[in-house]
Amino acid sequence: MTSSAATDLTRRTAAELAADIASGEVSAVEVTQAHLDRIAEAEPQVHAFLHVSGELARQQAEQVDRARAAGEQPASSLAGVPLGLKDIVVQQGVPATAGSKMLEGWIPPYNATVTDRLRAAGIVILGKTNLDEFAMGSSTENSAYGPTHNPWDLDRIPGGSGGGSAAALAAFEAPLTIGTDTGGSIRQPAAVTGTVGAKPTYGGVSRYGVISLASSLDQVGPCARTVLDAAMLHEVIGGHDPRDSTSIPQPVPSVVDAVRRGQRDGVAGMRIGVVRQLSGDGYQAGVLSSFRRAVDTLAAAGAEIVEVDCPHFEYGLAAYYLILPSECSSNLARYDAMRYGLRVDTSAIGEPMETAEQVMSATRGAGFGAETKRRIMLGTYALSAGYYDAYYGSALKVRTLIRRDFDAAFDAADVLISPASPVTAFALGEKADDPMAMYLNDLATIPGSLAGIPAMSVPSGLAQDTGLPVGLQIMAPALGEEKMYRVAAAFESAYIAEHGSSVPQQVPPLGTPAGPESAATQERAS
Amino acid sequence: MSTALDPELMDYDEVIEKFDPVLGLEVHVELGTETKMFCACPTAFGAAPNTHVCPVCLALPGALPAVNERAVEYAIRIGLALNCSIAPLSRFARKNYFYPDMPKNFQTSQYDEPIAFDGYLDVDVDGETVRVEIERAHMEEDTGKSTHIGGSTGRIHGAEYSLLDYNRAGVPLVEIVTKPITGTGKSAPEVARAYVTALRDLLLSLGVSDVRMDQGSLRCDANVSLMRKDATELGTRTETKNVNSLRSVERAVRYEMTRQGALLEAGGTVTQETRHFDEATGTTNAGRSKETAEDYRYFPEPDLVPVAPDAGWVEELRAELPELPWVRRGRLQSEWGFTDLEMRDLVAADGVSLVEQTVAAGAKPAEARSWWGSYLGQAANARGVSLAELPITPEQVARVSTLVSEGSLNTKLARQVVDAVLAGEGEPDAIVEVKGLAVVSDDSALQAAVDEAIAAQPAVADKIRGGKVQAVGALVGGVMKATKGQADAARVRELILATLGVDGS
Ligand SMILES: [Zn+2]
Repeated sequence: MTSSAATDLTRRTAAELAADIASGEVSAVEVTQAHLDRIAEAEPQVHAFLHVSGELARQQAEQVDRARAAGEQPASSLAGVPLGLKDIVVQQGVPATAGSKMLEGWIPPYNATVTDRLRAAGIVILGKTNLDEFAMGSSTENSAYGPTHNPWDLDRIPGGSGGGSAAALAAFEAPLTIGTDTGGSIRQPAAVTGTVGAKPTYGGVSRYGVISLASSLDQVGPCARTVLDAAMLHEVIGGHDPRDSTSIPQPVPSVVDAVRRGQRDGVAGMRIGVVRQLSGDGYQAGVLSSFRRAVDTLAAAGAEIVEVDCPHFEYGLAAYYLILPSECSSNLARYDAMRYGLRVDTSAIGEPMETAEQVMSATRGAGFGAETKRRIMLGTYALSAGYYDAYYGSALKVRTLIRRDFDAAFDAADVLISPASPVTAFALGEKADDPMAMYLNDLATIPGSLAGIPAMSVPSGLAQDTGLPVGLQIMAPALGEEKMYRVAAAFESAYIAEHGSSVPQQVPPLGTPAGPESAATQERAS
Repeated sequence: MSTALDPELMDYDEVIEKFDPVLGLEVHVELGTETKMFCACPTAFGAAPNTHVCPVCLALPGALPAVNERAVEYAIRIGLALNCSIAPLSRFARKNYFYPDMPKNFQTSQYDEPIAFDGYLDVDVDGETVRVEIERAHMEEDTGKSTHIGGSTGRIHGAEYSLLDYNRAGVPLVEIVTKPITGTGKSAPEVARAYVTALRDLLLSLGVSDVRMDQGSLRCDANVSLMRKDATELGTRTETKNVNSLRSVERAVRYEMTRQGALLEAGGTVTQETRHFDEATGTTNAGRSKETAEDYRYFPEPDLVPVAPDAGWVEELRAELPELPWVRRGRLQSEWGFTDLEMRDLVAADGVSLVEQTVAAGAKPAEARSWWGSYLGQAANARGVSLAELPITPEQVARVSTLVSEGSLNTKLARQVVDAVLAGEGEPDAIVEVKGLAVVSDDSALQAAVDEAIAAQPAVADKIRGGKVQAVGALVGGVMKATKGQADAARVRELILATLGVDGS
């Protein structure tokens, strides 16, 4: 196979690749190898992966090819398609770090339910993608293994925590990746890398085997370059799992059908709500103008646009930064050097090592990064006797109020929209020393997380001021994934019809940064 | 050691004169489910260390708990049997603290929303019924086990290293907490013991646990405080752990009462603390002080949805509750016609079920009680074991009893047969045959002995012929001696009188 043919394979969508593998036009091994080659080529600049399982991936691809040769039906409509797994989802026998030194060298002895479902679907797992430590951050700069670079501009962040999964898509290292979203870790990276990322309804995808950050908020979701690919992956990983008590006891919604409907029928007859509180102050001008164009596009595609008020959203960030650290402080208590992961020999650093407490303390001191420690301390404080009601208790009340805001808004609209990220990709290092500035990146995504509703980001175009991708967030009521995907697909189709190509197809070659010119060109074209 | 002579202890009667004891009992019961509280690992006791573990109970990254429905069922049954309300919705919480034998570094436990609450247990103390009010019964998980190697005490301090076994980690527990037990006065230690005994019997009858205190499947923490007679507020309490037998419950409470009494009388104060009961000395020793108690940072367990048992299911479980042990005892007592005293002795000796099974196997109730209550009771005492641990079955006892009532054995021979069973010599019938212990019932064999006895004591024979029938005892004794006790004395008497031509009726 020529190298241009290989390049062609990495630029295809997952749906196309699966169809080509099923028809025999190309083998799963060829597809996997093309992506492994692309990973080898791009990784020195992008660093989207923490671990590449080349040999294992080839074996998994061979299984798909052998099954096809034996005349078996494909295991799923994504059989043979390669995927990057966020390194917070465990895969038996493959190192899992959660982006932390604490777990360096740990090899999980079991599979997450998501991993089992991916493998049962014949999906080939290329490796584990980079993330902020234990999924805490909006830039991947909190990864203990170095940041991931945004393929649109290598000096910029790819978002976080799932920056590796998003960058791997934008760099054509994988057509599909898995993300996890606690307050925006799928949607914000998707927004700043011009890719698609969906956070399902809380409980829509099993969390079993997904290393916990904040249990009441964590949710696994699909990431891709097209809405259809995301929907296909969503159907593979979703659905009830008895091993996760919080998993919804219902089958996964028919989101692929919903996408086809959106592509065919648009959004005619749908009411789309613009959340007044999720624009304006704190949002970059180029983001807001892209968002306004997206609203126009949806109106043109047949939607009725209504404005909705969600007055309690302004307390969302504060509530989130009490609930998340509280749960995180407890979830991360298990990293104590007793059973697995890092164990610091305190005698080697001149400190006594007489008690288990000394080893725990030294190990946690050395193994956790600054942001992780900050949140453990915040959460420990917020849960303390005498403070619980004022902090955790109040945050839970805000959470209820935000749910009610959504309930009222969904009375007026079928789905709600907003920018997914207040800003386009910022420079690496720009906000690394300013936690509050970093936390504000999740301003638009946090309310949906607190309410447990499905929400996704689809590219709405490139910002006029930076030339970098902007994400459109679409939110739907709990279990309303079909509406969400329908709107996303309708928007994507309208965008392509308008601009001739999707946003991910416009990623410049690595190392040639996008600039305001490309966005200006796009403006003129529209 | 006489407690009254120890300057640190107050004479018990003086304690009662000056103070009112207040008790609070927390009983942990390990449920007898096949699998653990939140994973599918087996709960079986005694496996090689760290063989009953999985990602969930080892708290591997990413693993999540799922509630064992059978454990919920057991907890509901316990709650119902304790006359509790069953919460339509209860929750698990996390109790956060670092300890190496707890893999997650938090214990998943119910906190302020327990599955069962507001119940009571009526307890019999010396013939009087004492109602112990139950505050709540809640579900939680056990921790692993640390073994401290090196050092002299077996405690963590001074140990060279510690070994961890997580087989017990995640085994389901129900903790049953009483409300403060007041007004028991002098009998406080007996009430404590009677409560734990009744609870143990109840749990056993429910089939939810093997309630082995010696193996730790039933554990009691005793909270004790003293109130001066004129006081209006409760005194400071201590919590005594490691109370591993029914007898220890009573001893620990009594010891704490005399210790606290002496402290308070000397103008001191009781420190709120955890104390450990020392079985060997019968004393309690200070553990860690509650003043520096950890803040457990409880919050609702976000990995588990609330436990919301279906109301219909709860009613089904209520309908299926077995006969409560004290109800059963009342029924059996009237069926068997035992006096209160007889029944109480039998209960105290843990012999009710044994008698029930012996009766079911064909023995008369009075016979069964007599065997288990006296002869076998002495045998158990001599061996230092419980009645149930004796190597004889109710069926074997019933068989011996039947042989007696049929006249094949007399009391003396029956005891020899029982002794032989206890010595492992086989079944009663086989023992009778092998040892030739059967009553000599062959009249021709007996007649020779009767004739000999009459010939040997002609004066006695004359007295009998003369109408002094009661003198026949001396001749019977002679025959019994000659037959080495293997004759049926009643038959011997008949034969003697018949031989002498006297009507003995
Ligand atoms: Zn287990």
